[in-house]
Amino acid sequence: MKTAIIDLAYLLSAVLFVFGLKRMQSPVTAQRGNQLASAGMFVAVIATLFLYEVLSWPMIIGGVIVGGGIGVVLARKVEMTSMPELVAIFNGFGGLASALVASAEIAQYTGGSAIELSAFDAVAAITIGLSVLIGTVTFSGSIVANGKLSGWISGNPISFPGLRVLMALLVLGSFGAIVYMALEAGGFPTEVEPVLYTVMALGAAAFFLGIVLVIPIGGADMPVVVALLNSYSGLAAAATGFVLDNTALIVSGTLVGAAGLILTVIMCDAMNRSLANVMLGGFGGDGGGASGVDVPEGKSVNETSPDDTAILMSYADKVVIVPGYGLAVAQAQHEVREMAQLLEDQGIEVKYAIHPVAGRMPGHMNVLLAEANVPYERLYEMDDINPEFSTTDVALVIGANDVVNPAAREDEDSPIYGMPILNVDEAETVVVIKRSLSPGYSGVPNNLFYNDNTKMLFSDAKEAVAGIVDEVKALKEA
Amino acid sequence: MLNNVIIFVLSAFLGTEVLSKVPQTLHTPLMSGANAISGITLVGAVVAAGMTGNEWASWIGFAAVVVASINVVGGFLVTDRMLQMFARKKRGTPSDVDASTVATPTNGAA
Repeated sequence: MKTAIIDLAYLLSAVLFVFGLKRMQSPVTAQRGNQLASAGMFVAVIATLFLYEVLSWPMIIGGVIVGGGIGVVLARKVEMTSMPELVAIFNGFGGLASALVASAEIAQYTGGSAIELSAFDAVAAITIGLSVLIGTVTFSGSIVANGKLSGWISGNPISFPGLRVLMALLVLGSFGAIVYMALEAGGFPTEVEPVLYTVMALGAAAFFLGIVLVIPIGGADMPVVVALLNSYSGLAAAATGFVLDNTALIVSGTLVGAAGLILTVIMCDAMNRSLANVMLGGFGGDGGGASGVDVPEGKSVNETSPDDTAILMSYADKVVIVPGYGLAVAQAQHEVREMAQLLEDQGIEVKYAIHPVAGRMPGHMNVLLAEANVPYERLYEMDDINPEFSTTDVALVIGANDVVNPAAREDEDSPIYGMPILNVDEAETVVVIKRSLSPGYSGVPNNLFYNDNTKMLFSDAKEAVAGIVDEVKALKEA
Repeated sequence: MLNNVIIFVLSAFLGTEVLSKVPQTLHTPLMSGANAISGITLVGAVVAAGMTGNEWASWIGFAAVVVASINVVGGFLVTDRMLQMFARKKRGTPSDVDASTVATPTNGAA
């Protein structure tokens, strides 16, 4: 009876997760969807607490309070620009939790508890092994991703001789450990040590594997990495579901795994890269080494000022704003919104063109603009806005670089060749607000800057846009 | 075991079906919301921490409860924070509504 109720509760929570995720299909219903999903989580946890043979209550309640408290603080404090770091670290915790649950299962067996040891068969050994492997890789990989995103690890691809060999050895070692556990499973009641030590070795190997998997991947590919780790954290939960024979975990974990995988594929398509290519790493840097305003030989740059830009836009019919991470870092969203508002008040059509990989994780730029109250009806995805650039008077590129680099279309030798970009160069005039001519996150120089119809506004994004806002106001009053 | 595999495969199809239609605008909230759901491991952690047979198992379970709770509580809260910003846009502040209704006709005339 009890089992039936708990299974029904898990079914209910799975249904709530599905409905919740379905409501993510529209910004209008998304918040309600998230609440439904959290209700689903509540149902699952409460059912487990009351119906399972849970005995150490103080420990569990204490753990939930400690963890929940940390979660509340992190969620409240985070800046929207730092969202990718936070999601990465949450992913990591999810993975770690899964690995720990599987480890607890092993401890349970080895402790010679009431559980029947004969239950530890080859299948149990394999599922536990996979759960520890995926969970730990997610954990250490997420830590590295967090480090790269927040800057305490260089965003440059880090590689060393033998990295690939080490990676291969760790993968082989991990699977070897799982196979060994499966083989040893039969002799379990008398011989616990081999399995215990193998799990520990597996955990260590998986930990280093997560590090060597992410460390060679450059900053420009972080959206893919964050999406992929999200997928892993779901798969880790699903694997734990196999360990515990728990349907709730399998269903929910798999849903998350699918979500992460879909986003991974979308991000790869947006950069015209294969997943294998991303994983091999070596692409992109942290955009450091500012090369200043050095103009390459034989090329020239047209400079402009906030005043001129304001005049240019005030006489335009259609302006397309292309926001990039530089805008977010400068916290210029609010000024940009004000500028757009002023232009719209004068009857100028203003649209925002959002590249799928603008920002540091999938759809990050949309969140940053939403924070500044930019109506989402004005945000256009790449495929929708690209045909419009030829009828655009001014394309205003703010802190975006790689996603508008025509080399992706024209230069077959360029590492970003084939990546779908926003065709801003087709606009009548392009104004690029950027501090310098330095290459972007991918480390590829941008030919757009030297085009005849491109004007460079060398400045911090916030200062430049604020200057434009003042000038537009002045023009209006004049 | 076989049942679990069947559930896994069907869930994967269901997830792909439901999630592939999420617009780019909501990809970040989708990811953090999905990530919070992956904290369902909390259920397993509760079971593990609730074990009495073995002290080690309980302590490892306790650690799992802590990290899973961070993931679940933090994940849902931060997703809510993000989605609030999108929801607010729908109702629209007065200036938003004015701007869009005024700007479009003027523009068409121009």
